[in-house]
Amino acid sequence: MPNPQSELSVTLWRGAADGAYQTYRVPTRENQTILDVVTWVQRNLDPTLSYRFACRVGMCGSCAMTVNGQPRWTCRTHVSKVANDGRLEIGPLENLPVIKDLAADMRPFFEKWQQAKGVFAPSRTRDDTIEEIKPDTPARVAADKAIECINCGVCYAACDTVRWNADYLGPAALNRAWSLVNDVRDAGNVERLEAIAADGGCHACHSHQSCQQFCPQTLNPTASISGLKRRATQAYLQGEIKL
Amino acid sequence: MNVRLYIWQRLTATLMLPLILIHLAVIFYATSKGLKAADILARTRGSIAWASFYGVFVTAAAIHSMIGIRNILIEWPSLSRKRAELLAIGLGVVLLVLGFRAVAAVVLP
Repeated sequence: MPNPQSELSVTLWRGAADGAYQTYRVPTRENQTILDVVTWVQRNLDPTLSYRFACRVGMCGSCAMTVNGQPRWTCRTHVSKVANDGRLEIGPLENLPVIKDLAADMRPFFEKWQQAKGVFAPSRTRDDTIEEIKPDTPARVAADKAIECINCGVCYAACDTVRWNADYLGPAALNRAWSLVNDVRDAGNVERLEAIAADGGCHACHSHQSCQQFCPQTLNPTASISGLKRRATQAYLQGEIKL
Repeated sequence: MNVRLYIWQRLTATLMLPLILIHLAVIFYATSKGLKAADILARTRGSIAWASFYGVFVTAAAIHSMIGIRNILIEWPSLSRKRAELLAIGLGVVLLVLGFRAVAAVVLP
């Protein structure tokens, strides 16, 4: 039941990079999420408001935005947990260009995923037998810890090194590279380690751990990046990779 | 920072750690014993050991700081990589010259 006396003051980013924040009044609801608030504004106050979402259940990674200064997946973030005295400030993700309103341009994020060789390179064909992978081997345990990424971009938006260094590949791409480095079925590790050992790769990370703090999937990209630093350093010293 | 610079920075840091501790111990020793400049120079002049110790220290400090300053110049004032590298190398050369000048002043007979 809406309570007319209970309203939120919601400030939304409008426009592209040269836009500005604009404030709306939104009725509070029980169990209301940030995505609910944004949707309410679009359906009731301004249909031109642009934002991005798909699954609404925390699987697709489409709806991440900056909420009261912090990157969050908006479909699983309850207003009651983040509203500051009934106020919300919602903007597009940081560290990415703004397309319009709350929609950030995710292209740099996914291009860096490609640069980090985040694509599985098969070592067998479909005609070969399926390789048996034991789940309790150290490599598989390490890979499993990193595989639940939903590509929401929250870690990328939270990362100071991404903000400071335009070449830095970012936590998500490096975390993906770490999951593949530990995948015994993958055949692309020389190219991958060379990509992540270059300037802007894993060694640029300062281990601030914002990625780990904000990851909605509670992954730890900082730990993955530390693993990559060790692995790439060994590979370089042993002459397996070149710069 | 790439893996090569990373290795050099970690190597020089590892090397400097015991050197810094020895350097601090020497300072405490010299001040607690009330050694004058002439007493210190009498010990260091012509000493290959002190020349090697501080020669390695100065070289490691110059390499370490060059790499660190390069990163800072790329990340904070957003300088291009080339410009940051030139400035960092310039700083490293200044540190090497100042450092070796100081080492020469205390170890040359």
